Amino acid sequence: MRLTAEGLAAARGERPLFSGLGFALEPGAALVLTGPNGSGKSSLLRLVAGFGRPTAGAIRWDGKPLHDDLEVYRAQIHYVGHQEALKPALTVTETLRFWAALAERPLRDPAEPLAALGLGQKAKTPCRFLSSGQRRRLALSRLVAWQAPLWLLDEPTVGLDDEALGLVASLIERHRAGGGIVVLSTHQPLPLAGANSLSLADFPPVKILVTAEW
Amino acid sequence: MVSFKALLLRDLRLAFRQGGDGAMAVIFFVLAALLFPFGLGPEPEALARDAVGIVWVMALLASLLALDRLFQGDWEDGSLDLMALSPLPLELVVLAKALGHWLVSGLPLLIAAPIVASMLQFDTAGLPRLVAALALGTPTLSLLGAVGAALTLGARRAAVLVSLLVLPLEIPLLIFGVAAADPAATGDGSTQFMVLGALLALALPLCPWAAAAALRQALD
Repeated sequence: MRLTAEGLAAARGERPLFSGLGFALEPGAALVLTGPNGSGKSSLLRLVAGFGRPTAGAIRWDGKPLHDDLEVYRAQIHYVGHQEALKPALTVTETLRFWAALAERPLRDPAEPLAALGLGQKAKTPCRFLSSGQRRRLALSRLVAWQAPLWLLDEPTVGLDDEALGLVASLIERHRAGGGIVVLSTHQPLPLAGANSLSLADFPPVKILVTAEW
Repeated sequence: MVSFKALLLRDLRLAFRQGGDGAMAVIFFVLAALLFPFGLGPEPEALARDAVGIVWVMALLASLLALDRLFQGDWEDGSLDLMALSPLPLELVVLAKALGHWLVSGLPLLIAAPIVASMLQFDTAGLPRLVAALALGTPTLSLLGAVGAALTLGARRAAVLVSLLVLPLEIPLLIFGVAAADPAATGDGSTQFMVLGALLALALPLCPWAAAAALRQALD
């Protein structure tokens, strides 16, 4: 189990984001992506989740490019993006059950993942009544609901209070202790022991001078 | 197929709880069809002659109503990301969504169609054929609609754009659907029914495939 990237470059639309970026993550590793807004943290996480292709370089899982066998790779990851993927009309438990069934990992007991994120009291609440921090907690409860060795978390701490922040940090630490890998972006410092930090600002896109032919 | 079933049931549950789309399609279908006696005049013969055409055109338009939301909501709130990451291939995601769309807005039309046709003075003896033709045609409408909805994902005027994309594609369906149910036509309409069946058989694999390709583009 090893996630590597080398010579990675990406663009959003026409705008280049970063280039020459690389990392190698072994079991137990945590990579914290930092950088100003718009530096490409979310784009990098989406690339690692297999959405879109880098403009240069390659991402490999166990030495094999992601897109060689995307389906097998994606069974190994948990991706928690910016959006929480909640439907206002569904309750907290229904939402979690749906996600698990969609991932072909039906839940036996939704109470455990909800309790792990401090949502035990909200099991029957429709998602429209959740606060933004509670929505975030529900999205993160997926991490507990079923196992996946690689976690890709896009600003998991946005809107969380101190208690939830501690819960998330300890979840990540437990995951790493069990041999899991975490890649996350954040603006808030998270207490993660021995985490590697990668600032996207250090990998500015290469400017290519184009000379007009005429 | 735990995931396929889960997705279909979620869509049905959402449609049921939020009420809107399915009920809206049927109400639109009935109300719009009832405008024709006012527009065409109340002569029973004229209405009866045009009833099949009116029912089909209105069914076509009613199926378009909720189309732009087919993937839009899931795309905006990140659900589509999770579906793409799930073991369920995107083609089957599309199929589940199209099936959900048909159950919510196509199936009720089959029940409303005989009532509307009767109000348009359509001969009751022809009703079974009309309903059978609609039953064979409306799933194709949902499948074609899914392609349009996937292609216009993220567009600003998606609702209008879907109609512009999908309506021309639905013309063959309209021609054979009306011919299959028209009591004035010669023969028993079996040729037309076979064509309707063939269109559905074609749409069933091709539309999910095309729509999934469009969704992949939108997600990258």
